[in-house]
Amino acid sequence: MSRISSTLENLKQQGKSALIPYVTAGDSDPGLTVPLMHSMVKAGVDAIELGVPFSDPMADGPTIQLACERALKHNTSLHDVLDMVKEFRQTDDKTPVILMGYLNPLEAMGYEAFAVAAKESGVDGMLTVDLPPEEAHDLLSALKANDVDAVFLLSPTTRQHRIKRIVEAGSGYLYYVSLKGVTGSNKLDVADVESHVKNIKEYTDLPVGVGFGIKDAETAAAVAKVSDAVIVGSVLVKMIEENPDDDDIIITKTSELLADMRQAMDKTL
Amino acid sequence: MLNPEIDLNTVDWNAMPDQAGHFGIYGGRFAAETLMEAIEELSDAYEKLKDDPELLATIDRDLAFYVGRPSPLYHAERWSKELGGAQIYLKREDLNHTGAHKINNTIGQVLLAKHMGKTRIIAETGAGQHGVATATICARLGLECVVYMGSVDIERQAPNVFRMKLLGAEVRAVDSGSKTLKDALNEAMRDWVTNVDNTFYCIGTVAGPDPYPKMVRDFQAVIGREAKRQCIEQTGRLPDALIACVGGGSNAIGLFHDFLGDTDVEIYGVEAAGRGLNTQEHAAPLCKGKPGVLHGNRMYLMADTDGQVVETHSVSAGLDYPGVGPEHCWLKDVGRANYVGVTDDEAMAGFHALTRIEGIIPALESSHALAYAMKKAPEMRPDQTIVVSLSGRGDKDINTVAALEGITL
Repeated sequence: MSRISSTLENLKQQGKSALIPYVTAGDSDPGLTVPLMHSMVKAGVDAIELGVPFSDPMADGPTIQLACERALKHNTSLHDVLDMVKEFRQTDDKTPVILMGYLNPLEAMGYEAFAVAAKESGVDGMLTVDLPPEEAHDLLSALKANDVDAVFLLSPTTRQHRIKRIVEAGSGYLYYVSLKGVTGSNKLDVADVESHVKNIKEYTDLPVGVGFGIKDAETAAAVAKVSDAVIVGSVLVKMIEENPDDDDIIITKTSELLADMRQAMDKTL
Repeated sequence: MLNPEIDLNTVDWNAMPDQAGHFGIYGGRFAAETLMEAIEELSDAYEKLKDDPELLATIDRDLAFYVGRPSPLYHAERWSKELGGAQIYLKREDLNHTGAHKINNTIGQVLLAKHMGKTRIIAETGAGQHGVATATICARLGLECVVYMGSVDIERQAPNVFRMKLLGAEVRAVDSGSKTLKDALNEAMRDWVTNVDNTFYCIGTVAGPDPYPKMVRDFQAVIGREAKRQCIEQTGRLPDALIACVGGGSNAIGLFHDFLGDTDVEIYGVEAAGRGLNTQEHAAPLCKGKPGVLHGNRMYLMADTDGQVVETHSVSAGLDYPGVGPEHCWLKDVGRANYVGVTDDEAMAGFHALTRIEGIIPALESSHALAYAMKKAPEMRPDQTIVVSLSGRGDKDINTVAALEGITL
């Protein structure tokens, strides 16, 4: 069983939902990323989504776009991101790490080379935002051969025939985008999320995580009740944006928020 | 997989793309799941309506009475004589209503949007021609229109920005990335994802996720159908060569498509070589790029070794784009079309030549095609013909040209 599956399975048996933060690798400078990953684990997160910076993050809002621009100012490449995961793994072999990014950096490296390097570095999953299952055949076989999970997005507008296709292609977990829009939007409706997650679960036993628009402990707790994982991104990235030269404050603030979320999520048990 | 061995005489050029929107390895649908439903809805609607006699009749009527089609095929006699080679015929898309070929496509797409019950139209624009063409149709049909435009382009295409505003469109400046066409596209896609229920995204070129490359091609193919008929009427035979500028590639595909099966007709697509193909400052993915994925499709792309899309440069905003439509990529690989580069300086020479010798002020985009005709014509015989797509008129560019030449207006 993959590190992602066993982590989520464990939590499920305790009746808990996973807390998964997203940060863009290399934001605001490459030296922050690995210490930040460790501090987030200390604050109580169960897995980490690490963004691979891309010049044209079309499905993301301004917050993550700016994060990509900051990371790219330091030329943070896919190779660098893999090195960061390798460094993280030197002292943490438990927390799953999922890369999230766009296809072109993977195309540039080559799918096979990427999948091999990802496994070697200790990456557990890859979420390629602009790669629907219809176009994913070659990357999927490379990932599968190297035991790297392929995480796919589902959206409020995804109809049944596509849900079926996506749950068949996906592994590890599924990422349900909780609202129409880009990352960082804020109109999350928990009842609506609940009915969509229920609908997805009719087609699959894979865990379903929910992201987009989760900004505080209260929302995290509410979403935790109706899903297997709560994914938190833009609000953390915003903290990096607001404190560009102060890694200590970034670590303190993100840790506080994540610890609050963890506590609120566990209280709802 | 590149350069597959294909007998060009046996290809069914109308059979492309395949069911999934692929032109060989290019094209496809590389979009976030948040957009897939909207793309499928569009694709279904287009497949259902593209042969609908009523819609086609409406489009034809609008093209005739609103746009002014057919656009003339004009024999540039004086210029041809001066160049001393092949006879140059200009396909006068600059004479269309709104001054460029872009309106051929926006009429089709916005009518489709109306059939789909969409009330809000969004578009991206580089030179502003597609933005103006979209705003124009929206004004006529009474639809809300929002146009995304890079702030660099807003600066260099000020007259078109004002035209869009006069037409009632909202122009939203895009300050991210290189602040040009590619960033306007990113922003338009974000808008689409967010407002997918009531919004139709009217893409201006033959790129983007399937069905855009084929849909925009189908709407622009009128250029080549007319040019073929007109060329035969005027010269008694097919042309020997076609030349068109290629940014995303819509006027070029429009001209080329009906000639693809006429394999004796040589085809030249002209990319923006900016300050030179051997510099980093150009916008010539077919000449210098590699296959990659951006904006929903696989195409030749200008990206660095890490896969990051690089900033491009061209004197013409409409060609300043790091990618190119997938059908062009495929035509290059199978060897049906040739893609070449023309520098800023060469394009300026083409601009001045046509203005002074024929009394036609061309768009800077089209000036790239003209500049290549200036190279190509003298290599050919006077009994041969070249059809050049004069895709737009140059009124919008006079500020740029004046600034380049140190003249204050």
